[in-house]
Amino acid sequence: MLTKKDLLGLYDTSAEEIDEILGIADKMRGFLSDKDKKSELLAGKSLVTLFYENSTRTRTSFELAGKYLGAHEVNISAAASSVQKGETLIDTGMTLDSMKIDFIAIRHPMAGAPALLARNVKASVLNGGDGMNEHPTQALLDMLTLKRKFGRIKGLKVAILGDIKHSRVAKSNLFGLKKLGAEVYMYSPETLMPKAIERLGAKVAKSREEAIDGADAVMGLRIQLERQHGGLFPSLSEYSKFYGIKDELLKYAKDGAVILHPGPVNRGVELTPSLIDGESSEILEQVACGVAVRMALLKLLSEYREANL
Amino acid sequence: MKLLLKNATLVLRNGEKKADLLIDGGKISRISNNIEENCKTVDCTGKHVFAGLIDMHVHLREPGFEGKEDIESGSRAAVAGGFTQVCCMPNTNPVCDNAVVVSYIKYRQSQVNLCKINPVGAITRGQEGKAMAEIGKMKEAGAVAISDDGKTVADTNVMRLAMEYAHGFGLKCLCHCEDINLVDGGVVNEGYNSTLTGLKGSLRAAEDIIIAREIALAESLDIPVHICHVSTYSGVEIIRSAKARGVKVTAETCPHYFILTDDIITSFDTNTKVNPPVREEKDRLAIIEGLKDGTIDCIVTDHAPHALKDKQVEYNLAAFGMSGIETSFPLSYTYLVKTGQLTLSCLADKMSFNPSEILNLGAGEIKEGALADLTIADLSEKYVIDSGKFLSKGKNTPFNGFEVYGKVLYTIVDGNIKYKN
Repeated sequence: MLTKKDLLGLYDTSAEEIDEILGIADKMRGFLSDKDKKSELLAGKSLVTLFYENSTRTRTSFELAGKYLGAHEVNISAAASSVQKGETLIDTGMTLDSMKIDFIAIRHPMAGAPALLARNVKASVLNGGDGMNEHPTQALLDMLTLKRKFGRIKGLKVAILGDIKHSRVAKSNLFGLKKLGAEVYMYSPETLMPKAIERLGAKVAKSREEAIDGADAVMGLRIQLERQHGGLFPSLSEYSKFYGIKDELLKYAKDGAVILHPGPVNRGVELTPSLIDGESSEILEQVACGVAVRMALLKLLSEYREANL
Repeated sequence: MKLLLKNATLVLRNGEKKADLLIDGGKISRISNNIEENCKTVDCTGKHVFAGLIDMHVHLREPGFEGKEDIESGSRAAVAGGFTQVCCMPNTNPVCDNAVVVSYIKYRQSQVNLCKINPVGAITRGQEGKAMAEIGKMKEAGAVAISDDGKTVADTNVMRLAMEYAHGFGLKCLCHCEDINLVDGGVVNEGYNSTLTGLKGSLRAAEDIIIAREIALAESLDIPVHICHVSTYSGVEIIRSAKARGVKVTAETCPHYFILTDDIITSFDTNTKVNPPVREEKDRLAIIEGLKDGTIDCIVTDHAPHALKDKQVEYNLAAFGMSGIETSFPLSYTYLVKTGQLTLSCLADKMSFNPSEILNLGAGEIKEGALADLTIADLSEKYVIDSGKFLSKGKNTPFNGFEVYGKVLYTIVDGNIKYKN
């Protein structure tokens, strides 16, 4: 049983809760492979995806998770909504509440926006990524992928390479993986490494080799192309040369190590195409696990709502 | 009009003294034991009397932003906070960059007639950092200093020329120190908590670089300069070493910088958003040390009232600033004097005498013949800060619910009681 009405981040989600989510999600992953993906678990419930940033996979994943479980599902994208007319987030939230929405999955460019929404609505808020803060469902799906592959999280070494500073994925993974007993190594250009990340439990490596050495999983993070124009690194070519994940680097990882990427991937920048499409790649399995994790969360939050609200 | 304060504990520059104090004709006419006078009398037994508090850095928002504050509500809040004089910053709409706006503020002050209001004129027209504002005319209309507060004059040569020109009129530049390119959209201190929250951080260096620049100008030109709202340990050190070699630099800080750290931002409470941002424990301790050794001359509020709607939004979108004028004295007393960091006389210097000296206001001291601007406080009474009771329109404080000592009982301006609790 979850202890809060919302899922805002893994920083304040306990190891027990994460375990429970992954347990249910594992079952949902099996359900996804069924020929007939039809459940009445959330019949009569409603889910809104409220996305203030572009997204393909996260949004679709939330939508399908709701639909597979029988919930009503509505999309609001910022461009098409009254946000353009200057409506505040709180007002938008209260409006949705009046329509008796049960779940709001929100993506927002500003850190803390889902928390602000959650404080002002009765609906359960699921954070689909807020600025540089957290992206908990992405981290949970990464953890589900690892757990299904290795049978455990505890004791794994996960190397995360790329734009750590602007990555809510890296942070949520750090929080979640540490809670379940994994080790997290990070490597990036110094301009893309946030201050004091060690105090949050990360090990900052001095080279790609050190980060990947003995790793069970190597995760590349998307380089947002606009970062280059911000002067954070000189060129994509230089980034790829010194910070990209190449095939030959994989020899430092453990045998059987997997490649992860939250997508969308810049082929040849963060990862070579041969790694993306290779045997070690779990990138497409991550996507499948994403739907399963979101189904599990909707189920668990629904149970929380039945019991507490 | 006479007014007699009986059995008061007077907070003087070099200690406290129990005495009676007689006000006559707007001035302190006598200080001695057992004054008997048949006039209105306030029993000050067990109460402390300070030279009227002066806040040399507030935002009264009028003209232009009356939804946040106006000169009347701001004045009511000021006297409730124990302040007899305030200096209001020019980032109004229109900007206070000309004599007409200065005169308007002085006119509104005379209408409201609570505390004295000293306008600060802009350094540059429209606070755009380009062309110098009409500094001479603003001085003639009543401006006591110039500042582009809220912004740094980015072009160093424009700043240099303004400092020189204003010096000719006896006006100081009050410098908001922020390298805007380095801030790069940061809304909180850059460090552990910015990483934890994902809120964009701003380095100490963004503040320190401009502090160092203004000091370099002051030193090269041999012209005094005043540094606004110091928040970094390293900024304190830059000012300390400049003072040690004789640079004419003075500095101020605010209660939030010596009480709070950026641990408070993790709640995403937009009332914690302020510029410069609250920083870390070592900064907080260095600010207190700077107050103790005289590196930091004044405590100001940077009173920045906002309407609820300016704060009930995403952290990035929320306005910077805290409503501080009604909590500055009790917070400063509680966190600096009760903790043994500063003496009462030293606190009085930081909140009255030094601001008066820096801006030549001719106030800030209790002595016979001085202006009867006085603040009477009960230092023993504990109470809880409740922003709902603020007289300011701005309820935006991170100190709601804090227990403090030092209740302001009376605020007296030119011998007249302007606030009574």
